[in-house]
Amino acid sequence: MAIGSVPLRYRISIDRDRCMECGRCVENCPYGTFRWEGDRIVVDSRTCTACHRCIAMCPRDAITLTEHPCDYRTHPVWTRDARESIYNQAKTGKIILAGMGNASPLPPIFDRLLLDACQVTNPSIDPLREPMELRTYIGKKPSRLSFKRGEGGEVELQTELSPNLKLDTPIMIGHMSYGAISLNAQLALAKGAHEAGTFLGTGEGGMHPAIFPYQDNMIVQVASGRFGVDVDYLNRGAAIEIKIGQGAKPGIGGHLPGEKVCADVSCTRMIPLGSDAISPAPHHDIYSIEDLAQLVRSLKEATEWKKPVFVKIAAVHNVAAIAAGIARSSADAVVVDGFRGGTGAAPKVFRDHVGIPIEAAVSAVDQKLRSQGVRNEISVIASGGITNAADVTKAIALGADAVYIGTAALVAMGCRVCGNCYRGLCPWGIATQRPDLVARLNPEVQAEHVANLIHAWTMEVSELMGAAGINAIESLRGNRDRLRGYMLDEGLLKVLDVKPVGA
Amino acid sequence: MCGIISVVDRAGNLMDGSKIKRALSLMDERGSGEGAGYAAYGIYPEYADCYALHIFFDNIVETKSVVEALLRTWGTVVHDEEIPTYEQPNLKKIHTPWRYFFKPDAALMSGTSSPEEDIVTYLVMKVNTTVPGALIYSSGKNIGVFKAAGWPEDVADFYRIQDYEGYIWLAHNRYPTNTKGWWGGAHPFNLLDWSVIHNGEITSYGTNRRYIESFGYKCTMFTDTEVVAYLVDLLARRHGLDKEMTVRALAPPFWDEIDVMPEKEATLNRAIRLTYGSAMMNGPFAIVVANHDGIVGFTDRIKLRPLIAAEKGDRLYISSEEAAIRRMEPELDRVWMPRAGEPVIGRVY
Ligand code: SF4
Ligand code: SF4
Repeated sequence: MAIGSVPLRYRISIDRDRCMECGRCVENCPYGTFRWEGDRIVVDSRTCTACHRCIAMCPRDAITLTEHPCDYRTHPVWTRDARESIYNQAKTGKIILAGMGNASPLPPIFDRLLLDACQVTNPSIDPLREPMELRTYIGKKPSRLSFKRGEGGEVELQTELSPNLKLDTPIMIGHMSYGAISLNAQLALAKGAHEAGTFLGTGEGGMHPAIFPYQDNMIVQVASGRFGVDVDYLNRGAAIEIKIGQGAKPGIGGHLPGEKVCADVSCTRMIPLGSDAISPAPHHDIYSIEDLAQLVRSLKEATEWKKPVFVKIAAVHNVAAIAAGIARSSADAVVVDGFRGGTGAAPKVFRDHVGIPIEAAVSAVDQKLRSQGVRNEISVIASGGITNAADVTKAIALGADAVYIGTAALVAMGCRVCGNCYRGLCPWGIATQRPDLVARLNPEVQAEHVANLIHAWTMEVSELMGAAGINAIESLRGNRDRLRGYMLDEGLLKVLDVKPVGA
Repeated sequence: MCGIISVVDRAGNLMDGSKIKRALSLMDERGSGEGAGYAAYGIYPEYADCYALHIFFDNIVETKSVVEALLRTWGTVVHDEEIPTYEQPNLKKIHTPWRYFFKPDAALMSGTSSPEEDIVTYLVMKVNTTVPGALIYSSGKNIGVFKAAGWPEDVADFYRIQDYEGYIWLAHNRYPTNTKGWWGGAHPFNLLDWSVIHNGEITSYGTNRRYIESFGYKCTMFTDTEVVAYLVDLLARRHGLDKEMTVRALAPPFWDEIDVMPEKEATLNRAIRLTYGSAMMNGPFAIVVANHDGIVGFTDRIKLRPLIAAEKGDRLYISSEEAAIRRMEPELDRVWMPRAGEPVIGRVY
């Protein structure tokens, strides 16, 4: 072949003095990096994805993984990645697929936003001693209340409130479908969310009966493929989410390869066994905001107006105008998914190049909704690139009611962000349907990890709030005074409506 | 730090400003000589149906005519005059305070249920945001705010506060932290009938400001207290919440408390938090808000600032310090410390 193979990405080596030849690395690596040759274990580093499964399982700490130094001619534009993509595409003539979130080295805006703390004139609040309220309600709110005084002078509320989701924390888990992830993984997330008093999304995969016990913590998704959607499914969820777009791949649909459509998945999704599950780019009944408004109402009608309906869109440059349109439908929340959002599989070119950062998107959406006087009536959920409790806090200060986490929850269950989810061989039993791999994930144990993560972040958010002298999440929402921009340009500071440090 | 004191005579009897001046001066430790002010209700009976606009002019040559042209566009000036001031050795006169007794022309504002108030609100925002060198800091009927950068006694003597007689008085001694001490930044803050004095710092200011601005208010005074006046105007006047409900929205009970309330009460309180979450105020504060029919005092939800209430006959006092109240009225019938977030309300019968 004229082009030849591209160089190794990672190099695996075994310290022979330590190795006891137990063979666990061979069993654990689904990519075939290790194999027995006679009574000796040999390594094929070329297949390694840096998933770290072997390292985690080796009882002797005998395995070393290093990033293989690249000896291409250094070039600021023609990076290793640029050249290797071309070699691969010249060979295959195909779109390059990638898993997990955007891997380009653009600096996260979150890291250039600094939180504020109180000194002297306003005391900081100690969350260990004072009440700290992170409870969040997601759903439509009235713009004002009306009261009447009853006979005895008692106050009568005359406004009727729409159904809202009650969260103990502003942290939810985003949509990951059964199919994209394993049932064990979804079960762990569901249990974890239940533990933490929050919600998670089913993704576009229907709801497997094993999840039914947690249905009160589930947000059921209606995406363009409408897989698994019937009225029973809608009624099981605590809320319904219409997915228009997703941060990792704005403007395109989804594709679950037939190999991942096992009997169970086919049943849950209501599609034939082994068939590709293709979600079209648009919903074929939505070509305008009016069509979307109709779908929102139809779903409400189907569930007797008892469930909040969310609409999820990818963060793109006119996201604020779209969100304003959504706010004027009967939708209860708008989910904005930033360009760092994770995915099971996306064309790499989309994942890395389409969409805008969640920080700017949330800020613009919040601002637009305010300028139209409807911010208070709809909840805003931010997702796509939330990596720690500070990001959660900053997203809320920029105007979100709550956040969705995705990758972070998977990492809590063992995911090493190796980015190979689309291959269906996830060594951690997460993004796979292969029974032996799925069995590696213990839902009980991982549920605890997920719940622990949410608890820990929730505590950190409350500490950050306490430091800022705030004891209720409502007072953090949209409170951009509590943020300062560091090394951000003037234009971006304006979009974020945040002052620079020192100001 | 800041010292606040207020009194209402629930029978509507008038009190002159001499006692409150002495009471406020007792709390000099709570200020830094950079701002003090007084508000009194019932002081302009002869113009009771006009809006009394108090305006600071940087100079009366360039800005006054602009403001007057705006006033004439929107209504009639029944009377106007420079607010009399008396030179004080320790107080440098920076602005010229002027008062207009103004009748808005309701026919000019359509599509609203309170056209007069909306015209006045509009004028306050318009002048304060677009006319440099002019600031409308008091705009209610039969009430007036008097404030400047200086110590309480100097400010009182500057305006000769003892010459005014009102049935409600608010007074404030300022220790500015967030913004410089300037005349506009002194309390009370006022919009229409609402006046506010505040000790503390509102950490939710960013949220409150963005909330209130989405209803058309413009925050121009660079201080968190201003937003309280607008929030009260929005909730109490425009949304029609009564005083208890307004305070409930601004300093609501904790969720833990709401959860154990009887269902009906819980629903009501939940609705308030859901609807008015962005109006809720956070951070350390003790606030007294007044309008023509009374005063209401309340603190933040964990009472990070002091507030004390007392009664003597028809008079209800709310202050940062009991000693200040006793300076106005040594013999009190009752003195108590209100709980965090719990309003103390004094209504004129
Ligand atoms: S798991 Fe570790 S000890 Fe076991 S065979 Fe592999 S390298 Fe050797
Ligand atoms: S889910 Fe599995 S395959 Fe995907 S990035 Fe994580 S570890 Fe790798």
